[in-house]
Amino acid sequence: MNGASCAAKISTQPFSLNPTSPTSHDNPLVSPKPTSLFLGSTRKLRLSSSSKLNLHRRSGTVVAVSDVVKQKKSKSTPSLLITKEEGLELYEDMILGRAFEDMCAQMYYRGKMFGFVHLYNGQEAVSTGFIKLLKQQDSVVSTYRDHVHALSKGVPARAVMSELFGKTTGCCRGQGGSMHMFSREHNLLGGFAFIGEGIPVATGAAFTSKYKREVLKEADCDHVTLAFFGDGTCNNGQFFECLNMAALWKLPIVFVVENNLWAIGMSHLRATSDPQIYKKGPAFGMPGIHVDGMDVLKVREVAKEAIGRARRGEGPTLVECETYRFRGHSLADPDELRDPGSHLNPFFSQVQKCHLIQCRAASLAAEKAHYAARDPITALKKYLIENSLASEADLKAIDKKIDEVVEDAVEFADESPVPSRSQLLENVFADPKGFGIGPDGRYRCEDPKFTEGTAHV
Amino acid sequence: MLAIARQRMLGQSFKKILPAVSVLRSYSSAAKQITVREALNSALDEEMSADPKVFLMGEEVGEYQGAYKITKGLLEKYGPERVLDTPITEAGFTGIGVGAAYCGLKPVVEFMTFNFSMQAIDHIINSAAKSNYMSAGQISVPIVFRGPNGAAAGVGAQHSQCYAAWYASCPGLKVLSPYNSEDARGLLKAAIRDPDPVVFLENELLYGESFPVSDEVLDSSFCLPIGKAKIEREGKDVTITAFSKMVGYALKCLSTSMSNAKQNLSGEKLEDEPGDSGSHAAEMLEKDGIYAEVINLRSIRPLDRSTINASVRKTNRLITVEEGFPQHGLGAEICASVVEESFSYLDAPVERIAGADVPMPYAANLERMAVPQVEDIVRAAKRACYRSVPLAATA
Repeated sequence: MNGASCAAKISTQPFSLNPTSPTSHDNPLVSPKPTSLFLGSTRKLRLSSSSKLNLHRRSGTVVAVSDVVKQKKSKSTPSLLITKEEGLELYEDMILGRAFEDMCAQMYYRGKMFGFVHLYNGQEAVSTGFIKLLKQQDSVVSTYRDHVHALSKGVPARAVMSELFGKTTGCCRGQGGSMHMFSREHNLLGGFAFIGEGIPVATGAAFTSKYKREVLKEADCDHVTLAFFGDGTCNNGQFFECLNMAALWKLPIVFVVENNLWAIGMSHLRATSDPQIYKKGPAFGMPGIHVDGMDVLKVREVAKEAIGRARRGEGPTLVECETYRFRGHSLADPDELRDPGSHLNPFFSQVQKCHLIQCRAASLAAEKAHYAARDPITALKKYLIENSLASEADLKAIDKKIDEVVEDAVEFADESPVPSRSQLLENVFADPKGFGIGPDGRYRCEDPKFTEGTAHV
Repeated sequence: MLAIARQRMLGQSFKKILPAVSVLRSYSSAAKQITVREALNSALDEEMSADPKVFLMGEEVGEYQGAYKITKGLLEKYGPERVLDTPITEAGFTGIGVGAAYCGLKPVVEFMTFNFSMQAIDHIINSAAKSNYMSAGQISVPIVFRGPNGAAAGVGAQHSQCYAAWYASCPGLKVLSPYNSEDARGLLKAAIRDPDPVVFLENELLYGESFPVSDEVLDSSFCLPIGKAKIEREGKDVTITAFSKMVGYALKCLSTSMSNAKQNLSGEKLEDEPGDSGSHAAEMLEKDGIYAEVINLRSIRPLDRSTINASVRKTNRLITVEEGFPQHGLGAEICASVVEESFSYLDAPVERIAGADVPMPYAANLERMAVPQVEDIVRAAKRACYRSVPLAATA
């Protein structure tokens, strides 16, 4: 079967690269063939739509995105992946993400923003591709690189910018900060600083959706949860614990890996025994999919399948998006290790060092150039124009509109007040006085309503 | 979730969980006695019955009926969707509980002992305790983490640590520790109904102990306030604060008769009493004319500073008793609180009785030395009342 043989091709790809060799930055996940079309790809992966996962079946096969695309294309004459409205929506969302993050960098260097700020430039296709398919009641859980997830989910740019400035009009009243974006209204459940911490929380949110349907009998509850995390997190224990439990209990969750190949300065290849993350899904009994995370339309197709699966109650999916961050890990990161010319192992001889520096520099520069050429926004723009879905003028209008939105957000944040002194001690407990004392000043347990719901023993 | 359908289809009659009347003593008051285990079980049962959003998760809580049988019968009654046997993945399932609480459910997460909570402590602190603050009140976490805490008998260093001080130092958590059955029922029910994360520290050695309870305690609406300590025994000479098992040590045991402890008035070391040597400190002190006021803290965070300070202002002397490690422990916090608020009322330095500053040894005699005993409390009380020569501080 085509899929199986192709899957076999992928999994037996020789991995002879010595992880400590500096030339190991030849990422095997990057297609060596340079001229991949925007929608076509030399990768062939197949989504397993089978829901009959029994305990003995351990290999969910891997999906062909390009196959889906090609099939659709060949069915009728020009059948495109998206409509004009959808296309403009995706474009606008990605431009918002990019413009916002660029503004964050500016504001940081002007001292308006402080602490740890992690920018999402380059990875917009993943956030837009997935989150724009969700309903408001679906939940998103993210990491510290969460500004764009918040924006895609619907949190207003003003609220996010104020939060980053530490003002009281921020989405968390200035108490969370860059790494802790929460929004009950938009079901954005954080914003976690510890990698891997959000994955069990997301699994819990998915568990709640299932619990509401089965125990609380809310029959139409089909909320899906998306958990976003990075390549480094896939070596963390909690990741595996949750893959196990999500598959065990068939929870409506999609695990989205934003594999941007780097932790801070630690390459994914140096840290992982088997760098192909999507293969870890089938080990736990769920499909594992690899998709080109620089292509928003491909991501969207895969996301539709995965979210659809979860909504129908068929269980979790692991999606690995191969993507790249154009900036450093955070604004405090000088991004040296991905830059040519950084220091090397002191035990190498001078000649070796020169040689290694040249090779490493060359391969790192090539890596950066390779991904810069695959900028998701440029690619979508090209697609929209080539397929006559939008004109240059339309897109320029959107660019201008977003610029204004971001400028307005900065102004709003600048003018907003800082939190008042009394805010320091607020919100520690949901219970206002935090002592089992209700708002009327009496102990809650003495309030007759507190015991409403008589227990039948 | 894989329904364990076979249980239902076997047509077993559901075991009713009644607040069991295990023994009716022949006292004139005919007070009911229930064990702490039965108290916890009945509290869980009633709260699960009253609110369908409450569910249990933990290792062995379902089919095994609970590692210490606290959740006995609940799987049968409520089914596997509400009593979840988890894999051995503390970090994972604690996080799942927190995520479920974010979305409005009310999980009760059991740790087989609180030592294992260290694998999940990131979730307890970072995603549960801090969330209401970080989200400015948008995300509250109505979760309960419960399980046995502190030393058991001969279980070694990795199973015997007391976590009260660690959790109680974290803002955003409420930390409760019951002593008797009434505490267990009332505080667990309050914890489950509370909209904030609660760490509920039980004690394995107390599970089997019976305590008398009134009818009010057995009512399904019974609740105790969080943040309020109880004065178990009134006195006027010295205040002893304790929680969990140490309350028993500090109190007189009601159902056993006074022991014939051998001692002399200068307070020299008493002989080791085998068997029921616990619970006689206050009694022993009475023989010397020292009337101790024993405070059962019940709530470690928030600490009931007003009760403690009021008591110290009355008695002017304070002894804090705890099972955990001495440095940065509860005694330190209570002492600081009393020094800050009632310094001029103190007639003697505050004494801290705590566990030894070593990992818990295994040998029975060493273990006994590493945990406070009744004699230690008696000696400390006498020192505070200047009835004996002060001993040099132990290492």
